[in-house]
Parts: sequence; structure tokens; C-alpha cells
Amino acid sequence: MGKNKISVYIMGKEHRVPEGLTIMKALEYAGYRLIRGCGCRAGFCGACATIYRKKGDYKLYTALACQTTAENGMYLTQLPFIPANKSEYDLEKIRAGPNTILSIYPEVARCVACNTCTKACPQDIQVMDYIQAVKRGDITRAADLSFNCLQCGLCTARCPAEIKQYHVAQLARRLHGRYLAIKSEPLSKRISELEEGCFENEIDEMIELKPEDLRKRYFEREIKVSE
Amino acid sequence: MDMKFIDGYPEYMRQSIKKVEATREKRISLDMEPMSAEEREEVLSTYHPDYVKGGKRSLKVGASKGEMVHHETANILEARPQVNPDEIDLGCINRDVDILIIGGGGAGTVAALHAVYEGILPEDILITTKLRHGDANSMMAQGGIQAADGLDDDPSIHFLDAIGGGHFANKPDLVKALVMDAPRIIDWHQRLGVMYEREDDGHFVERPGGGTSRPRLHSAKDYTGMEIMRVIRDEARNLGLEVEEFSPAVELLTDGDTVTGAILMDLETREYSIIRAKSVILTTGGFGRLHIQGYPTTNHYGATADGLVLAYHVGARITDMDSAQYHPTGAAYPEPILGQLITEKVRGMGAMPVNIDGEAFVYPLEPRDVESASFIRECKTRGKGIETPTGMLGVWLDSPMIEEIHGPGTIKKELIAMWRMEHQFGIDMSQDPILVYPTLHYQNGGVEIDVDGWTGVPGLYAGGEVAGGVHGKNRLMGNSLLDYNVFGRRSGISAARHAKKASPGKITFDHVIRFNSLLDEAGIDTERRSPMLLPDYRGERAIARALNISI
Ligand SMILES: Cc1cc2nc3c(=O)[nH]c(=O)nc-3n(C[C@H](O)[C@H](O)[C@H](O)COP(=O)(O)OP(=O)(O)OC[C@H]3O[C@@H](n4cnc5c(N)ncnc54)[C@H](O)[C@@H]3O)c2cc1C
Ligand code: SF4
Ligand code: SF4
Ligand code: FES
Repeated sequence: MGKNKISVYIMGKEHRVPEGLTIMKALEYAGYRLIRGCGCRAGFCGACATIYRKKGDYKLYTALACQTTAENGMYLTQLPFIPANKSEYDLEKIRAGPNTILSIYPEVARCVACNTCTKACPQDIQVMDYIQAVKRGDITRAADLSFNCLQCGLCTARCPAEIKQYHVAQLARRLHGRYLAIKSEPLSKRISELEEGCFENEIDEMIELKPEDLRKRYFEREIKVSE
Repeated sequence: MDMKFIDGYPEYMRQSIKKVEATREKRISLDMEPMSAEEREEVLSTYHPDYVKGGKRSLKVGASKGEMVHHETANILEARPQVNPDEIDLGCINRDVDILIIGGGGAGTVAALHAVYEGILPEDILITTKLRHGDANSMMAQGGIQAADGLDDDPSIHFLDAIGGGHFANKPDLVKALVMDAPRIIDWHQRLGVMYEREDDGHFVERPGGGTSRPRLHSAKDYTGMEIMRVIRDEARNLGLEVEEFSPAVELLTDGDTVTGAILMDLETREYSIIRAKSVILTTGGFGRLHIQGYPTTNHYGATADGLVLAYHVGARITDMDSAQYHPTGAAYPEPILGQLITEKVRGMGAMPVNIDGEAFVYPLEPRDVESASFIRECKTRGKGIETPTGMLGVWLDSPMIEEIHGPGTIKKELIAMWRMEHQFGIDMSQDPILVYPTLHYQNGGVEIDVDGWTGVPGLYAGGEVAGGVHGKNRLMGNSLLDYNVFGRRSGISAARHAKKASPGKITFDHVIRFNSLLDEAGIDTERRSPMLLPDYRGERAIARALNISI
């Protein structure tokens, strides 16, 4: 990391920070003790949605503060809370039909295909495409396309049609996982075995073993890990 | 100091990468053996940070007086409680609930859902959490979750792996609960709609992890934790469970002996609120942000071991807090991602640790402590580490091997979170190896619990990373997502059963007064206050310091 300093503008005020820090660390370097806008610090939780503009540029950009390097001349503001409403549903009472999601989130039909959401997404997700897939009733495609969504809400904040893309996508994935994925047979078999009381004795027997015998059993156990 | 960079790496590091490339083909067919028991012991005792002399001290107060813990842990346990009993009026109760759940990560959410299944109304449950619901280690897990449901596997084999991996210090009945409940947990997730990776016939894709003798890890790309957490959070929202965000618990309340509620503090307004509850569940997660021995950490911002402190104040015992888990593969370069996790799945899929000369030096899937210790040996003693421009050391993790073994494009498909993280900072891990070094990852021990998640203090339950005993001195990968589900569920059920019988208790600060006098008696004169709530990274502290670990 360089010794050079750059200027960032935090909600309009200039601060000098070392080059090479993430936006999040730049805020901290400038003296902010973060409460909002900081969760995992590693690109998994979506707490650190940020809007910025660059000097001499009129566009508003979006990013995750913990996953983006601060650049000279950035005007930064945190967007840690998006008050988007989520519909409530009982997954057991609905089915994965072509109109299921539309009946729960009817506003999806209003998508004007402007692609603003896709441009806003810091995870590079084809947000518009998954919304279009929902419109067509293709739940599996919407589930797959949206999989990397960390629910930061930036797409929703920018959508002219008031669509809550990330809540819509959550429903698509749960419908896919619950109804469209083929269930695991070995798992059902294992669960019936457990219900019959299998494995209890084997484990209890190990618990009773003398420490040295248990160690021996462990170090001599067969290792079969090749895929 | 102008350095020339080529695809993210300075030129001088490229010379070592050339050597890694030169040996790659040979290494792919290399059959390495795990260490023997003696070799493991030797490398651990000489190189693992937990064995470094002077890193720990024995506790002078409380129910686990005499236990060895790291100084950083002792500092928060031997500190004055945050709240001053004289300044708070307990006469005005802000809220009365059946169950108060402290910590809105995985364990807390699972506990709440199971308390509802057990018959408690959602409106009689309150989850309170420090940041947002789901801003938690649970969201960050990448690799996967263990469950012995495979054809060539069963819970007794899982039991043996877990107990051996934990150096036989685990509480056997807790391990039994862990492995026996595992298949049912996966089935519950299946019904909630978690998208685990599957083969075409619906079988789960199962992978090996460090210390497992069978492939047993279920995963959802390398966003496994995020996928589970966002599903259970969605379910909690559907059931109308209320979550009070940015409101950490700063102290429990008791009637003297029984836990009867907690005091929350609004992080922004600094206002207190008083919650009375018939049962309280601690699900506050781990201690990574204490930066034990100065290590960087993989943990989320709020991982400051608050629950451990709260439980200790009311007289709960702690166990195995002398051992911390350092994940062998934390990012060592570039600086913005220092300490962040490179999931074990990367090694599970074939990437090998390699030194500066391109040589393999350790079996890639040793248990984490052994693997970490051998990385430290390679760097600190054998001098075969690679130094970064900011003076950090690391070894290569030869990620392009994954593409060689499983075909081009595999990394972007199955390790997309990793690929994105490296790519954001200029490195393409499908083409080049990545630099790694151990990072503080997991609190192996914690508050002592029984198989029902009961802490031994009436009214107080715990589950997940805050609790101890399940993993002994070392947790295996994939066993803690499982842990938070198994013991989140068990503590939720137990708390619900207790709440049905209990009536609202008296709320007092008697235990705080008692704890303060214990500190006085032990002659601990300190300005320290705990729980810590959040670390402070302002100013220069925003920048990671080079580690100076002596062996
Ligand atoms: C980067 C990373 C990768 C991992 N990968 C894996 C993996 O592949 N497989 C695996 O099995 N495990 C993995 N783990 C470990 C696993 O994710 C955690 O151990 C587990 O999720 C812990 O769950 P939890 O609910 O106990 O704690 P958390 O999920 O951390 O939740 C604790 C919650 O309590 C809140 N809290 C803390 N203090 C207070 C307070 N005073 N008042 C109120 N709320 C409070 C926190 O803010 C947080 O929301 C990983 C961990 C990390 C950090
Ligand atoms: S899809 Fe929307 S909510 Fe999800 S990561 Fe992208 S911008 Fe954020
Ligand atoms: S921003 Fe809204 S309207 Fe525009 S493409 Fe995305 S979902 Fe459709
Ligand atoms: S803090 Fe979690 S994504 Fe940035």
C-alpha cells in the first residue's frame, strides 16, 4: 500500500487518506467509527451499499464499500438501509407455478426493461434478466441467475417500477429449492435409519472406549475422500 | 518506490509464481500422505499460535477461575460490566416476552423458528441483535455444512472425525447430538428451499474437508452460509418474528440466580431498554474481532465475544477457551483483503499449498490447526514463505490446479465468491495462485452447555459459536454451520419448554453487584469495561499491521 495520499469526499467533506484502502477502511481512516453500513467486511452481507460520483463525472455509481478500492476524487455516501417491503407467504401453502411469484409480487409485471438494476448491481448479476425470467414464469432460471445476490438493495433503490428485485429473487430460489429440485434419496434413507434407532449403539460404544482405544480407532480409520 | 505490477502481482512475486507453474503438473499426480499422530503433535506444539508461550493467563475470577484463556479473552472477562447499577432504573420494563434471543445470526434465527414450532407465538419472542439481522459469521460461511447422509458414510464415522479433529477434548454427548441431528437438519433445509448443489439424480454433491474421512460437505457454491442464512431469515420474516436491530444486549438481568431478561442499548441513540423474559438464549457468535495475538480475522464486525461476557457475569462456566482456530488460508495479499477467508473448499477441490520454490510441503487436508502450524513453519523457520510489499508473509495456494483437475471454468462456477473477491483487487485465481497465511477464524470453546443447550444457569440457554464443548480444541470445517443449526434448534426448543412453565421473574442487578465484588476481592483494579460491542478501527488502525509472531 502506497504512502501516497488521495482525497475522498465523505458526504461532501474532503478527507486525505492513504492510497489503496477500501472505501470502508478509508471512512475509518478518516475518523468514522462505523455503526451502520458495515457488517461482514468481506463481501457477503450487503450492509455496505455505497453511492458515489467521481470528480468531473456526472454519473452516480454504486458499490460495496468493503469490496471497492477508494479512488482519488470520490464523493461517497453510504446507503445502509433500504425500506423495501417484503411480501409474507407460507411456502407450504403455495406451489411453484408459472404465476406464483407474479401473484405475490404483481409489480414485477411493470418492469420496463430499462436495465438500471443490472447496472446498479455490485455483484454483476443480470438483475433485469432474472426479473424477466420471473415474468415468463421461469422460476429455475430466476433462481440460478440471482444466486449471488447479497440483498444489498441497490437495484431496488434505482428501479423506476418500484420492484423489490432481491425479495422477488429470494422467493424464486426458495420455490426452486422446495419444489423444483429433485429430492435426495440417500437422505430420506438415512433419516428412516435414524428413526429406527440406527447408529446409536456404534456411537455409544465409542463413547465408552478407553481414551487410548478411541485414539487408536481414530488414527486407524479408513480415509476415503477422493471424489 | 515504484513497483511494476503484472496482473495484480509485483514483478518479484512473479518469479516465484513461475516456479509454482513449473512444478504444477508433477504435483497434480503427487500422492501425499497425512501426518502421523507424532508428527502432528510436533508441528502443533512448536508452531501453532496457541502454544506460543506468554499468550495466555489463568482467570482470576468467576465460575471458571483457574482456566487458561488468551489475554485478549481474559481482558474482557476480567473487566467491569458496562452498566452501572446505580444509573439504571429497573422499575420501568419496556417489554415483556416469553423468549428473548440475543444475537440475530444463524443460531438465533434457528432458535426462534424452533421455538415457534414448539408452540410459542411469534409475538412472544424477541430477537435482538447488534447490527442487522444476518450481519453475522453465519452469512460468511463459504465451504459448506457437514452431514453424514452419503452412501459410504454414517453418523458414527462423522462422530469419530469430529472427536479426533477436536483432539478428543470434545464433550462426547454433544458430538453425538451434532452428528445424529445432522441429516434431519439438511432435510429441514431442503423443505425450506435451501439450494444445495445436487447431482442430476437429486443426490447432494458432497466434498471432503480438512480432517473428514469421507466427502460430507454440502454446499451452495461458495455462498453456503449466505444461502442458508437468507432462507432462514426469510422464513423468520414470513412468520412475523420481530428483530430489534442495532440493539445489542449489554447485560443480563436476574432475580439473583435465574436469568429473567436483559438490558439492550440502542447503538445510535445510546438509550437503554429493559426486556423481561422467561427464557433467554445467547446466540452472539464468536470472538474474532478480539484479534487474539494480533492476528487479522475472517470474522464479521460484531464478533466481539459479548455473549461470553454476559454469561460469565451470571455465573456460567466456560470451556476450551484456551484454543482459537486459525484458518490456514486467510488472504495474505493484496492488502485490502488481508485476513479474509479463502474457503477450505479451494483445497477440497484440489488446490495445493506450495512454497516460494514451488514445492508442496504439507498434505493439503490436515485438520486446520495442523495445516496452519505447517504454514507458519514454512514461513518462519524454513524461510520458504513469500514476502508481500507490506512485509506480510504467505505461502501459495495453487488454485489453477482446480481448473486442471476439474476443467476450465470450474472456479468461476463453483468458487464464484472467491473469484470475485480476488478479481475485485486485480487477481485472477483461475490463472494465478493466491497468497495465504493463517488468520483468526473461530472460537473453538465457549459457554458450557448440555445437549439441550442449557448453560446450567436457570433460564439461560446458548447455541452456536458462543457455546463450547462441541468441537473440543479444534473444529472441523462444516461442523459449525451444523452446530448452529443443531444447538440453535435444541436451545430454542428447551427455552420454549422452560418458558411454558416459568412465570415472569423479578429483575435485579444482583449478579452485577456480585461480579463487581468478585473483581474487587481478586484485586483486579481496571478501567476496562465489557462487553466490547464493536472494535475501533479509526485512524491508523484502519491499516493492517505486519504480524510479528515469535515462535
Ligand atoms: C468467513 C467465515 C467462513 C466460514 N465458513 C464456514 C464453513 O464453510 N462451514 C462451517 O460450518 N462454518 C463456517 N464458518 C463458521 C460459521 O459460519 C460460524 O461459526 C457460525 O455461523 C456461527 O453462527 P452463530 O449464529 O453462532 O454466530 P453468528 O452467525 O456470528 O451470529 C451472531 C450474531 O449475534 C450478534 N451479536 C453479537 N453480540 C451481540 C450482543 N451483545 N447483543 C445482540 N447481538 C449480538 C452478532 O452481531 C451476530 O449477528 C465460517 C465463519 C467465517 C467467519
Ligand atoms: S441483485 Fe440487487 S440486491 Fe442483489 S446484490 Fe445485486 S443490487 Fe444487490
Ligand atoms: S430497474 Fe426495474 S424496471 Fe428497470 S429493468 Fe430493472 S426491474 Fe425492470
Ligand atoms: S460489509 Fe458485508 S458486504 Fe460489505
